[in-house]
Amino acid sequence: MSNHNEKYEKLAEVIKAHKEQKGALMPVLQEAQNIFGCVSEDVQKIIAEGLGVTLSEVYGVATFYSQFSLQPKGQYVAGVCLGTACYVKNSQKVLDKLCSELGIQPGQTTADGLFTVQATRCLGACGLAPVMMINDDVYGRLTEAEVPAIIAKYKAS
Amino acid sequence: MDLFRAHVLVCGGTGCTSSGSAELIARFEEQIAKNGLDKEVKVIRTGCFGLCEAGPVVIVYPEGTFYSRIRVEDVDEIVSEHLLKGRTVQHLVYKEKAAEEEQHATLENIDFYRPQMRLALRNCGVIDPENIDEYIAFDGYKALAKVLTEWKPEDVIKEMIDSGLRGRGGGGFPTGKKWQFAAASKADQKYIICNADEGDPGAFMDRSILEGDPHSVIEAMAIGGYAIGATEGYVYVRAEYPIAVKRLQLAIDQAREYGLLGKNIFGSGFDFDMYIRLGAGAFVCGEETALMRSIEGGRGEPTPKPPFPAVRGLFDKPSNINNVETYANIPLIINKGADWFKSIGTPGNSGTKVFALGGKINNTGLVEVPMGTPLRDVIYKIGGGIPNGKAFKAVQTGGPSGGCIPAEHLDIAIDYDSLTSIGSMMGSGGMIVMDEDNCMVDIARFFLDFTVDESCGKCTPCRIGTKRMLEILERITEGKGEEGDIEKLEALANNIKSTALCGLGQTAPNPVLSTLKYFRSEYEAHIKEKRCPAHHCQKLLNYEITDKCRGCTACARVCPVNAITGSVKEMHHIDTTKCIKCGSCMEKCRFGAIVKN
Ligand SMILES: Cc1cc2nc3c(=O)[nH]c(=O)nc-3n(C[C@H](O)[C@H](O)[C@H](O)COP(=O)(O)O)c2cc1C
Ligand code: SF4
Ligand code: SF4
Ligand code: FES
Repeated sequence: MSNHNEKYEKLAEVIKAHKEQKGALMPVLQEAQNIFGCVSEDVQKIIAEGLGVTLSEVYGVATFYSQFSLQPKGQYVAGVCLGTACYVKNSQKVLDKLCSELGIQPGQTTADGLFTVQATRCLGACGLAPVMMINDDVYGRLTEAEVPAIIAKYKAS
Repeated sequence: MDLFRAHVLVCGGTGCTSSGSAELIARFEEQIAKNGLDKEVKVIRTGCFGLCEAGPVVIVYPEGTFYSRIRVEDVDEIVSEHLLKGRTVQHLVYKEKAAEEEQHATLENIDFYRPQMRLALRNCGVIDPENIDEYIAFDGYKALAKVLTEWKPEDVIKEMIDSGLRGRGGGGFPTGKKWQFAAASKADQKYIICNADEGDPGAFMDRSILEGDPHSVIEAMAIGGYAIGATEGYVYVRAEYPIAVKRLQLAIDQAREYGLLGKNIFGSGFDFDMYIRLGAGAFVCGEETALMRSIEGGRGEPTPKPPFPAVRGLFDKPSNINNVETYANIPLIINKGADWFKSIGTPGNSGTKVFALGGKINNTGLVEVPMGTPLRDVIYKIGGGIPNGKAFKAVQTGGPSGGCIPAEHLDIAIDYDSLTSIGSMMGSGGMIVMDEDNCMVDIARFFLDFTVDESCGKCTPCRIGTKRMLEILERITEGKGEEGDIEKLEALANNIKSTALCGLGQTAPNPVLSTLKYFRSEYEAHIKEKRCPAHHCQKLLNYEITDKCRGCTACARVCPVNAITGSVKEMHHIDTTKCIKCGSCMEKCRFGAIVKN
């Protein structure tokens, strides 16, 4: 519970720090997403009140950008790069394998809340294509055959 | 500054960091200290060296020995052999794919680097980007000092116009002209903006500059601010670039500390400061008007031009926006002069261009060549050709706005105008190579999928039109193409090109049009013969078992739909009506008995 309150206190601080700044909404949403892992409706309401803008404006911005998520993500976020360099090196197959292993579609989270699968654009490691990232770990020069073992590692930990 | 006998440069760009360079640095420091060399040898984390394929990369100076794909286990050997005893560790030295024996060891004699001319990337991989003193030691902030103390704003603009520098963000608009427009607008406040949104998936030159040489962008923006009369700058960076953001912020802080940003810079009376804004994953925000709406904190939707940013831009004030690589060239132009810059490249296309070379190519990485360099040299001399003995099929430039260039145009001299003339474009510099296994219809589908995903939805031709094109392409790749589909695609493409509001929609049909132009027969094979000549499109493949089959039953056991029949030690068969074309059997067969066609 205290953890919960701490988060809301932090959000209040962030809003205070940015209130006078031009174009404050984006940076505040970004920090809110860092604090809570997503920007749920109640967080959006607090931001709208804090910055003195309408909720529909906050919602409009939050839904426009793919980085903002309205629902919480899994403990491990697995992003397979579908940038051009990775795509021509068959990253689609890696993504398909990941989805079939976990039984979900890109953008979804497993029922146990462990994994979220995402198709991402260039992760900037094209030299290692095809590339997958799980949280901060990077897996390069992947083949779909390696996917099950990688997943198993996270399930075990 | 302390004097060191040797320097160990470890690449700390995103590519090499992904392949573990941070652990290398820690290990080097530990081992160097252990061997009592810490007063003699210095470890420096640099920006990207360019040859990401060989990462993590380590260069040891003064010799310039180029070590590649170094693992933590290799560090001890480099320290005890090279740094302690002065003996190169031959088996860790980078070897060219084509080279017969070990011959070279240094940056200067590697084929990948020899034809290159590193201007915008001059400091990347050379200096420590987190230390402003190193930038200053390489003539950093000299151009700003010169401009602020000796030149009038008009002089700066004239020099930029004379240099012929064109915007590296894709459009190729003359930078000096743009500055002239912004300078001519009268206002109490103007802004100068750097576009570091780098949306082309598969391109990373702007990121590498920010990671490897952030001060060059800061210096150039201050120069631009002086020229147009702006005292505030914004850098809009993709959120996916955490290392770049961190180093840029550090660089801004250091520049402030040194008085190179802030009030009364160099005692000239000129004030200038700048701020970072993060993107949030919307490709359309790379478009300049959308980018400004995003900095203002709104939805990043483009607005019609005119009014141009030079008249009414960020916060409704006159603004100038340039790309990262454009800025990186500017201090050099001021220091060495417009005539020098103009002498590089081709008439109307001065200077160099950085490309992110990727895909089916031996040397993936960052490449900078003079304008006018033949495409063939980039692919074969620098890129080292196509891996695994496969045939070159096409190179894609310009990202989702660009097109595919076939082998028949490999001898073209790369510049803005030549690429446009063959139906592609320079774009921001992504260059993705494809081989015989890539299906061009599928590549067109891939890019349309991207634009449909990224269309902001503000105007109908882009929102609905690209979706219709994607549906047709999906049908074709799934074997449901119909007579007349090609004509429908062409009609839609031309319609969208001429009616969409912003550059995203206007250029979205290009990948389709260029593949139709050069690879029309592949479209026809998909539609008329239900065949994918590259054997890529899953739904059009037929798996067959040949007489190499030994009857091991491995395929039958792995098939998820029981489409394979046959007894032990006898030839197996695939029931093509049951087969879902998953490819598992082919992967499993140890005798290479299963083929797809
Ligand atoms: C859809 C779209 C995406 C764009 N993305 C980028 C980008 O990622 N980076 C960039 O520098 N310019 C991008 N541009 C071009 C910018 O609108 C603008 O022309 C450029 O930043 C101007 O800088 P320059 O003159 O230095 O090239 C994009 C344009 C469009 C239409
Ligand atoms: S062309 Fe596409 S991205 Fe551009 S304004 Fe129209 S809908 Fe938005
Ligand atoms: S491709 Fe898949 S479905 Fe078809 S026969 Fe092989 S294993 Fe079975
Ligand atoms: S395209 Fe996948 S990392 Fe760049």
